[in-house]
Amino acid sequence: MKRVEILKTYKIYSGGKFPRTESGRYYLALDKKGNPIANMCMGSRKDVRNAVVSARKALGAWSGKTAFNRSQILYRIAEVLEGRKSQFVEELILQGSQKNMAIKEVEDSIDRIVYYAGWCDKFCQIGSSVNPVSSSHFNFSTYEPVGVVGLIAPQDSSLLGLVSLLMPIIAGGNTCVVLANESLPLCSITFSEVLHASDVPGGAVNIITGHISELIKPLSTHMDVNALAFSGLNELKKEIDLFSVENLKRVRSYDLNWKNTDTQGLHYITDFQEVKTTWHPIENIGGATSTY
Amino acid sequence: MKNQNNFNSLPLSPSVDKVGVEERVSRFQKRSIKTNSKMDGLKMVLNMIDLTTLEGKDTPGKVRQMCYKAIHLHDSFPGLPTVAAVCVYPSMVGLAKSMVKDSGVKVASVSTAFPSGQAPLDVKITDTKYAVDQGADEIDMVISRGKFLAGEYAFVFDEIAQIKEVCGQARLKVILETGELATLDNVRKASDLAIYAGADFIKTSTGKIQPAATMQVTYTMLMAIRDYYDETGIMIGMKPAGGISNSKLALHNLVMVKELLGDDWLTNKWFRFGASSLANDVLMQILKTDTGKYQSSDYFTID
Repeated sequence: MKRVEILKTYKIYSGGKFPRTESGRYYLALDKKGNPIANMCMGSRKDVRNAVVSARKALGAWSGKTAFNRSQILYRIAEVLEGRKSQFVEELILQGSQKNMAIKEVEDSIDRIVYYAGWCDKFCQIGSSVNPVSSSHFNFSTYEPVGVVGLIAPQDSSLLGLVSLLMPIIAGGNTCVVLANESLPLCSITFSEVLHASDVPGGAVNIITGHISELIKPLSTHMDVNALAFSGLNELKKEIDLFSVENLKRVRSYDLNWKNTDTQGLHYITDFQEVKTTWHPIENIGGATSTY
Repeated sequence: MKNQNNFNSLPLSPSVDKVGVEERVSRFQKRSIKTNSKMDGLKMVLNMIDLTTLEGKDTPGKVRQMCYKAIHLHDSFPGLPTVAAVCVYPSMVGLAKSMVKDSGVKVASVSTAFPSGQAPLDVKITDTKYAVDQGADEIDMVISRGKFLAGEYAFVFDEIAQIKEVCGQARLKVILETGELATLDNVRKASDLAIYAGADFIKTSTGKIQPAATMQVTYTMLMAIRDYYDETGIMIGMKPAGGISNSKLALHNLVMVKELLGDDWLTNKWFRFGASSLANDVLMQILKTDTGKYQSSDYFTID
């Protein structure tokens, strides 16, 4: 008798735990031929809500870490991913990639994480400034994370797309609620296992699988989400913009092929930063006086 | 009339089946309350809240701000009730009273050397008298848990009876501090003791000790109230306090009250929530139900 293979149920990642969706629903992830390859949680708006609560709670812990420590943790993510490379390659192949392409995607992802790990304790210096003002103030501008960021993972790439947008968001000290790739969801949940094993505090990243069309509204109308990021989805752009209006969410949309090497850079981090300007009273305008 | 505050009239308390209580309570938590009934329930919860600040660091400014909030919960959403009362230390009663005026919001004061209750009786009486003189509508007293656990029930009984006398027109809530009573049997015993000694309300906790108002404890106390009502026809109020910080738990508590005591208890005359952060969560739920959008605490007053 032929053995019946057991399909893994991939659970969502929320608040540092791997619960099933509160709705109890699931959907099948299919390979290119339409054969089922895994059971995925079909997340609900309440899962989104719970994830946002976790992300908000984790914001202090994550943004409060020293930039250098965040850098170490991101580097750790890359290390752990390197160690589990073969699992990701297998999943990519299962989802229809060719082997050499799959290997390249995982390796590019690792490199991109290392790239952003390097930026963690540097972007602030590059982007900050001391501003000349005409009163007795030392005036400087510096970056702060915007807060909780909603990320709708790129739908054309299972791992690299997710990594390319998630890493700059968390490198800058934000916490994140991710709606995973709907049709190629395996890597996102396996990647959350990597995050979980890499000293990323619980709740700093939350990943929910399910129907994007259903989950976009509760995420983008949520008053406690400070910014939204997505890639592609041009047909939904207007709708997302409208949903985001009420609390003036910052919306950043990209239409890029994340396989290209030029789809990484400083501005992906600063897209999710607020500029804080401080006016510090001093005795004299200008520095070069005898009191100095 | 009530039993004449006589310790000898106190019946033997039945023992409490802990496993049974847990089972029963878990069923209250499986009710699904949606749309209109949810909205009505949430508004009822708001109207039953004793908005509380009981910190050593309380300032007149803090109390003023809280009293304002008690009356104006969220003015941008019309049609909301006020809370039932504000709950403060005796030193703040006069101020609170002057703030709430004739808004219908009552002023409750903790007393009897809250939260420990470790003071001689005359100090407790003075404490209570001061609060009443300042205009407190309600007195939240603590029992002497040390004496209770040592088995000196008559002492605890007499103490409650004497404080009740000092209260005059003010309604007396008796805080059992169930987190220190260790067993549900003790909770039941203390509830009966407080009720027979003259409590108008029984209240779970000070909010300073964990665990506070678990549903098991509230259930046990509600049963004591029901048995007393069956016996005498006199209604006693219930106030779970501490630990009820979200709307869902508050709604589950209402379900429990309705099913154990009936609709008569579903007003703020007979049921209260002692809480500081519950109000904001309920408000956020109400706005979510109304707008369909999940809310952020950034847009609500700081407690």
